[in-house]
Amino acid sequence: MKVLVCVKQTFDTEAKIELKGGVISDAGINLIINPYDEVAVEGGIQLKEKGVATEVVVISAGSDKAMDAIRTALAMGADRGILVKQDTAADEYARAVALAAAIKAENPDLVLAGHVAADDGSSQVPTRIAEILGLPHVNVMTSVEIAGGKATCTCEADGGTAVIEVALPAVISSQVSWNEPRYPSMKGIMAAKKKPVATVDAVAVENKVKIVEFALPAAKTAGIKIEDEADVCAAKLADWMKNTVKVEVK
Amino acid sequence: MAGTWVFVEQKDGNIRKVTFEMLSELKKGGDEVSAVVFGKGVEGLAPALAAAGADKVLVADDDLFAAYNTGAYVAQMVAMIKEFSPNAVLFAHSFNGRDMASRLAQKLDAGLATDAVAAEISAGKGFFTRAIYAGKALAKVEVTGSPVLATIRPGVWEVGSTAGAGEVVKVAIAATAADVYQVAKSFIPTVSARPDLSEAAVVVSGGRGCKGPEGIKLVEQLADLLGAAVGGSRASIDSGWLGHELQVGQTGKVVLPNLYVACGISGAIQHLAGMSSSKFIAAINTDTEAPIFNVSDFGVVADLFKVIPILCSELKK
Ligand SMILES: Cc1cc2nc3c(=O)[nH]c(=O)nc-3n(C[C@H](O)[C@H](O)[C@H](O)COP(=O)(O)OP(=O)(O)OC[C@H]3O[C@@H](n4cnc5c(N)ncnc54)[C@H](O)[C@@H]3O)c2cc1C
Ligand SMILES: Nc1ncnc2c1ncn2[C@@H]1O[C@H](COP(=O)(O)O)[C@@H](O)[C@H]1O
Repeated sequence: MKVLVCVKQTFDTEAKIELKGGVISDAGINLIINPYDEVAVEGGIQLKEKGVATEVVVISAGSDKAMDAIRTALAMGADRGILVKQDTAADEYARAVALAAAIKAENPDLVLAGHVAADDGSSQVPTRIAEILGLPHVNVMTSVEIAGGKATCTCEADGGTAVIEVALPAVISSQVSWNEPRYPSMKGIMAAKKKPVATVDAVAVENKVKIVEFALPAAKTAGIKIEDEADVCAAKLADWMKNTVKVEVK
Repeated sequence: MAGTWVFVEQKDGNIRKVTFEMLSELKKGGDEVSAVVFGKGVEGLAPALAAAGADKVLVADDDLFAAYNTGAYVAQMVAMIKEFSPNAVLFAHSFNGRDMASRLAQKLDAGLATDAVAAEISAGKGFFTRAIYAGKALAKVEVTGSPVLATIRPGVWEVGSTAGAGEVVKVAIAATAADVYQVAKSFIPTVSARPDLSEAAVVVSGGRGCKGPEGIKLVEQLADLLGAAVGGSRASIDSGWLGHELQVGQTGKVVLPNLYVACGISGAIQHLAGMSSSKFIAAINTDTEAPIFNVSDFGVVADLFKVIPILCSELKK
């Protein structure tokens, strides 16, 4: 079984965001694999270790910098990579079209992705890829069993936990709680340098969503802070809750 | 028909608050507002939807829609959009809402603004503000198309009291069993007497400073006194003190309560991403340097094990 994993390169979650010339500046920012995609890579590798998958291919759409994300996934244990060269300003539609075209050429049995990108927070691309390829999609998966041409997924759902079964091939988007991604070993990092990465150009389509402007939210300012005995602190906090916030006490 | 549609989020006849928020906000705009409800035996929901502002209630009632499934829901929505040509369709930014909206958008070859916190909709066009980089930046985006598509973050709008006529329109069922591609094997509801984290007016969260289940129990006592939802930082979730669905932050839930109380939480940037837009923030932390105090309206530098019990009795006074 061939598994394809979508990895998006994103800013480190610690990164401080600054605007330069009206756009978000990536100067000095550490770039990482989107945390949800890292979990998907780990999940793909574990499927191979269990003998369920035969090959794990990572695919990323972006600039040449995204090669680092691919190499990291290869160092974790993925077999090969595909870089779809695309302007990082591509919207969810354009990214999905480009990724779907490259995925189609690979004809995988399973496509894994993250359920949301930590930068754009869109939660659209895997669903769109599934629609383009005419495949089922399962969202926010926290664990999966693969057997008999089917994937049985446990998923976070509105108001509870759902178990959903789909026929393969399918697209499955993972939640971070699925597993604990490994750190690449020194040996893995060395091996990754020799693993093949193909580069393809993105299918050229226009964005559907236009960015009008970026802004930074108004900085939240610190309010009252008191350092005193616990009973004084508690009394003042209770007073603030009752009189300023106007909480209802049950 | 034009007008704006709100896709109704409901489960077993319980309508989620975000649906009412969207109906009320759109009602202010003056355009015709329709609530679109899919389900089995859901016509009875119309009066509640009308009260929140729905001029029309479009009902797709069929066994096929008894529970959410992407394939059939999207197929039905596509057929209805073709028939009635709404100007815009808004969904809740919930697990189901974003799943349905994304698949629908791709089927229509359309753009989609997900997780919007503000919207300005006109004919054939919508401007939406989205929180990106986990709330560290905002992007204003323009979506053109017919219809304009977006998912809206729960809690950003108020439920108003301007009612609509709520005229019920039963629509033809276009989806078939062949559209269903997921088999729902089971659903285990989260059983909690407390309100839903993403809808609660008050959230009390516990972090590593709670040190274990005993500290979490104090957090829960305070929460119950305030009728609040309980949340946690990743540290307390990873320690197994609280269920996974209760994590607040970048990789957990984004909450927008009136009051957020952080107990024994340092205020890491990934935690702040999930709660710093709360209207009021209170923090209890022994470390005067803890970053949570930078975003707190009321901070007390004290031991939560001592403060919470006294706070509870003070509140009861
Ligand atoms: C990719 C990524 C995603 C992440 N996503 C999230 C997320 O969604 N949500 C999240 O929360 N974190 C997330 N994290 C983790 C985050 O970086 C922090 O590690 C985490 O929030 C710390 O939790 P904490 O504040 O409970 O623990 P700590 O940082 O250990 O803080 C504990 C606090 O308790 C205080 N304390 C100790 N004893 C007491 C006492 N008796 N009374 C009062 N106060 C006391 C201490 O002074 C300290 O400030 C993420 C990290 C990464 C890398
Ligand atoms: N440029 C990209 N390259 C590879 N995968 C992507 C890209 N953009 C999005 N994805 C995948 O789609 C998921 C959701 O992204 P988004 O829809 O942007 O929130 C991510 O977690 C990735 O798995």
